[in-house]
Amino acid sequence: MPAPAQHRLIFKHIDEAGYSNDLACYVRNGGYEILRKAVTRKPEELIDEVKKSGLRGRGGAGFPCGVKWSLVDRKSGKPIYLVVNADESEPGTFKDRYIMHQDPHQLIEGIMISCFANNVKVAYIYIRGEFPAGARILEQAIAEARAANYVGPSILGTAYGCEIYVHRGAGAYICGEETGLIESLEGKRPYPRIKPPYFPAVLGLYQCPTIVNNVETLCHVKHIADMGGEAYAKIGTPGNTGTRILCVSGHVQRPGYYEFEVGKCTLGQLLHEVCGGPLPGRTFKAVIPGGSSAKILRFGERFKGKRKVGAEMADYDWGVEDIPMDFDSLAMIGSMGGSGGVIVMDDSVSMVEALGNINAFYSHESCGQCTPCREGSLWMKKITARMVHGAARPEDGQLLKSVADQIAGRTICAFGEACAWPTQSFIAKFGDEFKGYAEAKKAPRAVDAPELV
Amino acid sequence: MIQPATPTDLITVNIDGREIAVPKGTNMIEAARRVNVDVPFYCYHQKLSVVGNCRMCLVEMGMPAVDPATKAPIMDPATGKQKVNWMPRPTIACATNASPGLHIRTTSPMVKDCREGVMEFLLINHPLDCPICDQAGECKLQEQATGYGRGYSRFIEQKNVKPKRTQLGPRVTLDDERCILCSRCIRFSKEIAKDDVLGFTDRGSYSTLTCYPGKKLENNYSLNTVDICPVGALTSTDFRFKMRVWFLKQTDSIDMESSVGANTVVWSREGVVYRITPRQNDAVNDTWMADSGRVLYKAVRGSGRLESVRVNGAESALDFAVAAAVELIKAGGAAVVGSGRSSVEEQFLAKKLAAAAQAPAWLVSRVGEGDKLLISADRNPNVRGALVTGLIDRLPGDRLDELAAQIDAGTVRTVVALGEDLAAAGLTSAQLAKVAIIYLGTHANPTSEAARVLIPTLTVFEKHGTVVNQQFRIQRFAKAVPGVSGATDDLLALAKLVAAAGGPALGADVGSLWPVIAAEVPALATMAYGNIPDTGLLLDAAPWAGLPFVEGPTLHYQAPAKEAARA
Repeated sequence: MPAPAQHRLIFKHIDEAGYSNDLACYVRNGGYEILRKAVTRKPEELIDEVKKSGLRGRGGAGFPCGVKWSLVDRKSGKPIYLVVNADESEPGTFKDRYIMHQDPHQLIEGIMISCFANNVKVAYIYIRGEFPAGARILEQAIAEARAANYVGPSILGTAYGCEIYVHRGAGAYICGEETGLIESLEGKRPYPRIKPPYFPAVLGLYQCPTIVNNVETLCHVKHIADMGGEAYAKIGTPGNTGTRILCVSGHVQRPGYYEFEVGKCTLGQLLHEVCGGPLPGRTFKAVIPGGSSAKILRFGERFKGKRKVGAEMADYDWGVEDIPMDFDSLAMIGSMGGSGGVIVMDDSVSMVEALGNINAFYSHESCGQCTPCREGSLWMKKITARMVHGAARPEDGQLLKSVADQIAGRTICAFGEACAWPTQSFIAKFGDEFKGYAEAKKAPRAVDAPELV
Repeated sequence: MIQPATPTDLITVNIDGREIAVPKGTNMIEAARRVNVDVPFYCYHQKLSVVGNCRMCLVEMGMPAVDPATKAPIMDPATGKQKVNWMPRPTIACATNASPGLHIRTTSPMVKDCREGVMEFLLINHPLDCPICDQAGECKLQEQATGYGRGYSRFIEQKNVKPKRTQLGPRVTLDDERCILCSRCIRFSKEIAKDDVLGFTDRGSYSTLTCYPGKKLENNYSLNTVDICPVGALTSTDFRFKMRVWFLKQTDSIDMESSVGANTVVWSREGVVYRITPRQNDAVNDTWMADSGRVLYKAVRGSGRLESVRVNGAESALDFAVAAAVELIKAGGAAVVGSGRSSVEEQFLAKKLAAAAQAPAWLVSRVGEGDKLLISADRNPNVRGALVTGLIDRLPGDRLDELAAQIDAGTVRTVVALGEDLAAAGLTSAQLAKVAIIYLGTHANPTSEAARVLIPTLTVFEKHGTVVNQQFRIQRFAKAVPGVSGATDDLLALAKLVAAAGGPALGADVGSLWPVIAAEVPALATMAYGNIPDTGLLLDAAPWAGLPFVEGPTLHYQAPAKEAARA
């Protein structure tokens, strides 16, 4: 089956010749018209549209955006904050950066509509420290939008006002975790909070109700306000509505950004057709479908079971290539859609070394607050580093798995899973490679094997 | 006088199959404690905020099953009881508050595995230098590794290296390698001491406890961080490497720095005190005490300790000294200067002595500034004891001006000073020279120099007794170490003086004295020394409600409003 055409909603204008990230260009292409209409509607209506749209968060967890908004404590009398999670740190993910660089006003319009809908008076964009250019672009764009009365004390002549501030992080993966982000925004170390009791919807920023949404999610809100929730829900597949941006990196002919209706494109179509297949003379070995913390998939493995198709239950028997790229299918086969970062590895890659790289990242990024993740992530890194650079033992694979099993599900935040899932899945799917790594190391390296950094 | 416990909403929770009613909001660690189920933890502390970072208290949690539509309970046909939905993931007991029908399991394979995992993680980078670690013997890591660990190591990598002896402040030394990053010390500094100076730098397993730049952990409560450190990371610079804790005897005592009366434990071995730590009393000091109170034991062996009975400068026997003293007293014009640092029993005998000698009695006042926590403005620990026993009937004035005037006028010719330095209390050297002084005390000072009769007595660590704190709470302290040679128990010396001066023959120890005290002191009627609880007993303060006490608010003490005091 040929791959479906891309459905570019967020990326409608991005990459068009002559499309620039200034206000004039955005307005020329119909920008802020949706906000203009939105502020004439009732806020509850807009929330309702988002609920009906079935929009799921694009940051990683895929939590329904409308549900998130409906959990917000609106009776406390405290101000409600919107925090835009632009701390895009998951390895393999680079969509939010591109949106902010290429079309910042789309994000600002999405933020303003969301703020209006939720009666938010102050929004913060928390942008990761490694994105200084993006921060400057956003600051510039906010200034332009403010001058044109799209942001500020009285937007578009209404009584409604809302400010947006850009806050730069200092470069820490954990600031992408929403409560860690809130702590960081408050000026503290980004130690994620315990939930309960600190659910952001009730006790978030400055202990006030807070909505934390991903950049891409808020851009979708703009389109939902435009076309209506029901129309939006028709895009994509049931339960996995709308479009989503897939960031493909690694060993394919054409890595890059691709926006598809959720679930309409399979992993095989994406990699073989859209991205042009493996590099010459190579074959695909493995793929991580949703950012480096998602569980890895091995080409050649089969996934069998029953799934819901419409109202019926149907058998499925998929290879990796057959998996639809949506939240539910990827969760069903034991991985996740995550942040949409698809990392492809071909047969030149040693899985031990690849895991060594991932473990190095997570041990460096563990905040150190709670025991299992703090100690476990570094231990796993020390083991894989020893395997790669020192003496590997046949039993190291099992030890790695056992360490990972002691982390997942026992930590304050989802970082525990993020750092344990790669190890668990690498060992589950490439256990033999770990067992035989001591022998494999003695063999001469393939001529064109990538160098380890 | 003990207030009845306020009725609270009790709810039933189920811990390992046992039902127990606990007040709503009790966390699961405390609830489990009530049924003697041990839920191990490191970071949790009942007087600090809950952060849930050690993950040692992970338990399985379940809630009674209800039909999502009708909210009707779903029954289990096998047991006839409501079904319990167990959560697939473990949850931390410290942050899980009791709610109706909550079930927890602390002994399941999953919980066992969680504890073994956390123990293993905590130990992989821990130096395991227990043989030279001060915490050994009272280390949570040791105890819980034994109780809940696997007992072997799978770690063959290099351990992390961190600073081994950081001076966080004048009294606290940090061994960062031993630190398990529980953040108790950080929370204590911020929440209790209100001196936010500690924090972590670096991240992940390389996280390091340190002071903020330019700051030091030097507040007067810094040593509490050592007490609450579950491992040997924070150590007392004073106690470090001095003694193994399992050789030390623990004696309940009271901090004599101020009228707060913080409860303490005195740790001693073979007659030598090594350290003082706080003892939990939720009505007085929670689990804290000031650093300044922890060094008071140094006075026991300090310089200037009086060690021989003297009459007119010459060494003497006690009975001869008592006879000489009574001769002076009986000559007329005697006065008694009692002390707010004496015990209730000593003050009772001082009152008897004053009565027998028909002498007026004064008390020396010691007023400083309160720190709003555990040091109050009244630096005498037992002014209220003197009121209760009737040694005085009003609060002591700033100085002994009345006594000075009577000495100048020649009406007072003999002064019995009970542990108080009259020079420090405002008498001039000319006035000291004008009177005959009988001094009972522990350390040399101008008054002991000038004394005609000098009877060395005991420090608080060498005797038994009671004191009454600012809340009118009578609290016991016990003898931790034997008295130094040459010193006489204050009660014995006073009892002999009372008898020789013509007063009644009274017991010279708390046991035999208390029946007399209970019979004669209205506020202490019906009480017995042995029946005073470890956390003290509140007395009826009504007779003294009108007095203008100097204390401001401290932990668990609210000064009575001035209006109330006037009324």
